[in-house]
Amino acid sequence: MSRVEVEKKVLNENQILAEQLRERYRERGILCVNLISSPGSGKTLLLEKTLERMDKGARVAVLTGDLQTENDARRLAKFGFPVKQIVTGGTCHLDAKMIEKHLAAWRLEDIDLLIVENVGNLVCPSSYDLGEDAKIVLLSTTEGEDKPLKYPSIFFKSELMILTKIDLLPYVPFSAALAKENARRVHPQMEILEVSSTTGEGVDRWMEWLRIRQQQAKSKAFALRA
Amino acid sequence: MHELGIASSILDCVQAEARRHPKAHITKVGVKIGELAGVDVDCLQFGFEAIVKGTDWEPLVLEVESVPRIQRCPQCRHEFRMTDFDPECPQCGEFATQCISGEELDVTYMEVDE
Repeated sequence: MSRVEVEKKVLNENQILAEQLRERYRERGILCVNLISSPGSGKTLLLEKTLERMDKGARVAVLTGDLQTENDARRLAKFGFPVKQIVTGGTCHLDAKMIEKHLAAWRLEDIDLLIVENVGNLVCPSSYDLGEDAKIVLLSTTEGEDKPLKYPSIFFKSELMILTKIDLLPYVPFSAALAKENARRVHPQMEILEVSSTTGEGVDRWMEWLRIRQQQAKSKAFALRA
Repeated sequence: MHELGIASSILDCVQAEARRHPKAHITKVGVKIGELAGVDVDCLQFGFEAIVKGTDWEPLVLEVESVPRIQRCPQCRHEFRMTDFDPECPQCGEFATQCISGEELDVTYMEVDE
């Protein structure tokens, strides 16, 4: 009997594909964000508000994942930007292969911002790199403040937490301060934004976050070419 | 929830290794799973046994080494195991400490009968 050292990522195949996607984005200065949350935290509504506020000429594209139905793609397509539904048919997360496949019909040269809306799930999407620049986790005020402690993996891996449905704060027993404290316990460097997609509060700051990150992606690509 | 997929990726790694050493018989595969990997070890073991059962790989054993979350303090460089989600450095009190391990999801070794 002998022992062979291997040192390989379990999700090696996915990782290789994700790195290839990341490189393709990096060369072209595309910002790719991966939105993750429980079902019903308001990912799609926030995206609707985001697309609504984009300049008509903005070069933004959306991939939206669900187990079944094309409903989200229909909701998001009305803003005139390219949107594609990824129906996973039961798989609880998106993987890099699905992204690559669904991107194939688009010219990456025409995209500055690629938003991926993951399947509603706080567990599995955290394991799969999609080549994104940043994972963003949403937590709504109708959930528990201890979600970051219950699902530390995704809160740790996300650069930004968006606290959604803040218009409901007067009506629900939810402490935004405690939720933020819990998020920072899991991930001390976490950026946090508070929004209400319904009233529009905080949406401008989110748009500004996207704008700054997109600019950074552009300048990095420019420096790469120089 | 996705542990079956992870189990199947581990078996893919074993298969790839088996192709490189066609004469060897792989009896055990060792993986490292970090606290932050989002993988439930019991579910993974269950899934792995299920996909190996009734195949030529049987009785391939999966050995899991769990890796705790370790933080490093940017101020005093102290390294400590994070418990109860308390990121504060026990030595100097700094809050914004950095995670240096705990995200592992790696195949580390295989045992073979030659």
